Amino acid sequence: MSQSTTSEAQLARETWRVSRKRRSTLTAIVSTLVFAVVAWLLLVNTPGWSRVQTSFFDWDTAVKAFPRVLDGLWLNLRVLVFASISVLIVALLLALATTLRNPALTPIRLLAKGYIDLFRGTPLIITLYLVGFGIPGLRIEAFGRIAPEILGTIALTLTYSAYVAEVFRAGIESIHPSQRLAARSLGLSYSQSVRLVVLPQAVRKVVPPLMNDFVALQKDVGLISVLGAVDAVRGAQIEVAHFANFTPYIVAGLFFVILAIPTVRLTDWLAARMAKREQMGTVL
Amino acid sequence: MTEIDWSKPRLLAKNIRKNFDERQVLKGVDLEVYPGQIVALIGSSGSGKSTMLRCLNLVEELSDGQIWLDGDEISRPGINDDEVRANIGLVFQSYNLFAHLSILDNVKLALKVVQKKSDKEATEIALGWLDRIGLADKANQYPDKLSGGQQQRTAIVRAVALNPKLLLLDEVTSALDPELSGEVLELIRDLKNSGTTIVMATHELSFAREVADWVIFLDQGVIAEEGEAADFFANPKNARTKEFLARVI
Repeated sequence: MSQSTTSEAQLARETWRVSRKRRSTLTAIVSTLVFAVVAWLLLVNTPGWSRVQTSFFDWDTAVKAFPRVLDGLWLNLRVLVFASISVLIVALLLALATTLRNPALTPIRLLAKGYIDLFRGTPLIITLYLVGFGIPGLRIEAFGRIAPEILGTIALTLTYSAYVAEVFRAGIESIHPSQRLAARSLGLSYSQSVRLVVLPQAVRKVVPPLMNDFVALQKDVGLISVLGAVDAVRGAQIEVAHFANFTPYIVAGLFFVILAIPTVRLTDWLAARMAKREQMGTVL
Repeated sequence: MTEIDWSKPRLLAKNIRKNFDERQVLKGVDLEVYPGQIVALIGSSGSGKSTMLRCLNLVEELSDGQIWLDGDEISRPGINDDEVRANIGLVFQSYNLFAHLSILDNVKLALKVVQKKSDKEATEIALGWLDRIGLADKANQYPDKLSGGQQQRTAIVRAVALNPKLLLLDEVTSALDPELSGEVLELIRDLKNSGTTIVMATHELSFAREVADWVIFLDQGVIAEEGEAADFFANPKNARTKEFLARVI
């Protein structure tokens, strides 16, 4: 067998590619540095920078506010877990209801559609007020006093399930009808073909957009503070009032960012993996 | 080779009509298929071959006509069509394997869910069939890792594993190159030899001539001509048939 050697032409091409790559990396680094320095200089030379620095970025205040904000974050996390689970369940049911084709079930389909239109259109903050102050306002004796975090979870579920239902619906509709046809022609019933053939494929397809909605939910759990639940945001607010300094808000903000980063990275990774699976060859 | 049982038809279809809105795709087609028989449906694209098969499997609603399977009318109102479909296998040109399941699970799915077989029993049957088509060692692969011929053979086996009374093949080799369609045709020959009753829509006229007992030429939604395979291809009588055969062969 002959030893395969790289041709002159290929060597010349590779040298050129390496030099091109080196140049574009260098350009990227330099332009990023220049941008950062300019932005920083513009910021510190603003007339009020030193005042903003002391009222938003005060280390001592940050350290003192830390425990209460962290304590509040624990409540956000619990709300996040319960809201995520209930959002997934309600959204899946809504999505299935909107894809029903049996004419006898039209009222259910229309109700689901109406629900989705309504809660996708309503600002979350208004749903929060409506649920958070409206439900207790009904004075239903059997419920007693409902904790604001529970009301917050209900409001988040109402809004987010409408969004997530649309994601699920897109997933269900992206599965080619021939898959359902094949299932039905093997004797599977409508519900069996949906449950065993369509849904497993649909859910896999929508994982990246679902994760995206999950990231949004992660920070929107901070809005339950408007109902008086002592979460990270409300905890920070209390500390802000105590120290007459805004730094605790920054602390709470950083907590939410740290909370979001793993999910964001995981989403990127999943999306990249799916793209790779569907993509052959070089990306142009 | 198993003998055809002429005592009573496996499938009887009378005056099958199918309209899609204003368009009449089938304009009164009759069909008789006997146990062990292979019937080939030929005709140009749009002649109604696929629609006919879909009507027989009840995935398409009839606009008129009646169908009997082993003497039992399956087109009667209120029949459990899921049960009927499990007895009439339908295989498609585009394979339509379930993308999220390994080929073993593809074959097992209906055995378990429709025929309520235990996991062990379903696995046994499925592996037996995959072995018969030489894919037992690929049982845990996903469809997109297999060639078109392997996918199509799996799709056929997925239908046959349910032991249907009738197997409908809808241009199962049309998406394959000659080498891969050869594998699929080999499997169909094998099924014929073990007595499977088959109605197949096909463009492979030489294959139809070889394995089919009866050939039906559909033209614009009606049967223009039909007859025993050898005779049909040797002495076509209808002018449209002659024209079609001259064009295709």
